[in-house]
Amino acid sequence: MRYLTEYRDPQLARTLVDRILETATRRWTLMEVCGGQTHTIVKQGIHEVLADAVEMIHGPGCPVCVTPLEQIDRALHLAERPDVIFTSFGDMLRVPGSECDLLHIKARGGEVRVVYSPLDAVEIARANPDKEVVFFAVGFETTAPANAMAVWRARELGVTNFSVLVSHVTVPPAMVAILEDPACRVQAFLAAGHVCTIMGWDEYEPLVKRYRVPIIVTGFEPLDILEGIWMSVKQLEEGRHELENQYVRAVRRGGNRPAQELVGRVFRIVDRAWRGIGTIPGSGLGLRPELAAFDAEVKFGLASIRAEEPAECRAGEVLRGQLKPYDCPAFGTLCTPENPLGAPMVSSEGACAAYYNFGRLHAGSEAVT
Amino acid sequence: MITAASLQNPACPVPRTAGPRIQLGHGSGGKMSAQLLRERFLPRFGNRYLDELGDGALVGVQGAEVVLSTDTFVVSPLEFPGGNIGHLAIHGTVNDLAMMGATPKYLTVGFVLEEGLEVALLDRILDAMQGAAAACGVDIVTGDTKVVDRGKADGLFVNTTGVGFLRDGFRPGPRRAAPGDAILVSGPLARHGMAVMAAREGLAFEADIESDTASLAPLVESLRAAVGDRAHCLRDATRGGLASALNEIARASDVGILLTGQPPVPTAVEAACEMLGLDPLYVANEGVLVAFVSSDAEDAALAALRAHAAGAEASLIGHVTAEHRGLVALKTGLGGTRVVDMLPGDQLPRIC
Repeated sequence: MRYLTEYRDPQLARTLVDRILETATRRWTLMEVCGGQTHTIVKQGIHEVLADAVEMIHGPGCPVCVTPLEQIDRALHLAERPDVIFTSFGDMLRVPGSECDLLHIKARGGEVRVVYSPLDAVEIARANPDKEVVFFAVGFETTAPANAMAVWRARELGVTNFSVLVSHVTVPPAMVAILEDPACRVQAFLAAGHVCTIMGWDEYEPLVKRYRVPIIVTGFEPLDILEGIWMSVKQLEEGRHELENQYVRAVRRGGNRPAQELVGRVFRIVDRAWRGIGTIPGSGLGLRPELAAFDAEVKFGLASIRAEEPAECRAGEVLRGQLKPYDCPAFGTLCTPENPLGAPMVSSEGACAAYYNFGRLHAGSEAVT
Repeated sequence: MITAASLQNPACPVPRTAGPRIQLGHGSGGKMSAQLLRERFLPRFGNRYLDELGDGALVGVQGAEVVLSTDTFVVSPLEFPGGNIGHLAIHGTVNDLAMMGATPKYLTVGFVLEEGLEVALLDRILDAMQGAAAACGVDIVTGDTKVVDRGKADGLFVNTTGVGFLRDGFRPGPRRAAPGDAILVSGPLARHGMAVMAAREGLAFEADIESDTASLAPLVESLRAAVGDRAHCLRDATRGGLASALNEIARASDVGILLTGQPPVPTAVEAACEMLGLDPLYVANEGVLVAFVSSDAEDAALAALRAHAAGAEASLIGHVTAEHRGLVALKTGLGGTRVVDMLPGDQLPRIC
């Protein structure tokens, strides 16, 4: 088993497409929560072949997209300091802050390094005792355990020149915010498979009951997504609203307990601002007070750095599913991957970039060169 | 609320790629590179040779048609599985000449060496250059060496400039791709970029990934012999990968490109790309060419490529169309279509 091509088989995919089209007696509105799922949907043209049966709304689950401008500005401030080595996952480097992005800071002489694992950042700190090493801890529940591990490891090793700039967010409060919005059109959710690999699905069952909405824990490959859509459509057609797990090869009800325990040891739940959406109560993770020595905001006194988001950018409406990327007047003209107004255009997981790169042929928009 | 007025006069504090300083992305072979060329170099240097934007320039020297090409090589680490910077420096310029339809003949080399470079490493690089030049049948006829302070160069930088000669009416060029042309790719993708990345990051994969660095001149010679001028356009898919090469041709020839076949990617390379969140279509190759040939020449051209070890896995990946001019599109396995755009700068690994 390669766990890759098996889930991309075009023959099986077409069987599932046919099954969805046969099952749906009307057009349903579904939201895939995670940016990785958006990427697959648009890359494979799933939204296009299923257009008669479902409308896919792209959810807020792109960590790059929802990191607030303020935290980006704080990152830029730190990266510019001559005593700091700023470390980050790759696609945060092009996310625009108020003045520029991390790539510009790097060109101006700031030391910015891409790491694949936050533990690498701890190693960089050990190798550079005369520098302060900061890691940009962003993402959902998926990246939280590894980021927690980095802090815990630094603490165990007594590394004092390592800290994290935290902008972690969690999925369930964002789903509640979407469901509570009177303009909400979502009839079923594909929950983010990797988030549930860590957290399990206990948190989602109350949402299913309270909002009477089907939630299907779904993976990321084309067959996963098609099966998740099929399970959603079946529930909707049968008038059911249940929690189901499509991603059985990775997700168990209780999730990954040791990972949850580690996250709980390092982080606590805080209110968090989402770019383009605003502050959602209890939707973020921040470092526990006893680990303040590893908190870059405390260590470098960043609280005074504040930022307002540009009014032209309608990223918030896109992230809430109320605006299709190509319906935004700035899409492809003022806002392009080279010159993004908002974060959804920056990350390849962002809804706007996904549409720009993969969907222009059918969006009816002009080619932008 | 957004208004037409606010769009025409955006108060957005967001930055542009056109900042006051050069970024690494300007060297990526993507849109930022193209922008730099268009806005800074062409307005100053533009002439009828340069404006062609070929892999080299076709110039007349005392009645003879000569192709000139130059390339500068920077890579870290200097040695990687499958070769070193010396192989790249010879193959890179030889291949650029070959893509213009020229038979490579003479090379110049210019070195910038960093203080502290190990002489043994320099020897290995020079040996690689000597061996590659001999195999390609080119002579290194003049050169230059400079040394800079420690920390001012990444071990060494090398430039090669080549001269080649054209033969009997064979004139492939970036503006000659035409609707109906078959698009062939000579071999599996993304090996060079992933081999260098694995060596740089100290990543170990189950199977070794080796750079594909190779001379493409023999493949071009076979193509010429087999289909002649029905080979309309040739391009080696180096930095920016196959996707960038195709986008450049789509724009230069003002045609659309529709990919219908899966470009070949070795299993180990595909797995490495998956793991690192990279798309093999955008990863560099140093021994892969794309050929645009008229549809009646498709079979003969494929056979000509496959006669060589470097072209053994040559395949048809798509066709040129008169629709969606300037765009490269790909038909997905499900029957959907998507645009394969040029990236702004370097490919950034995704978070999760």
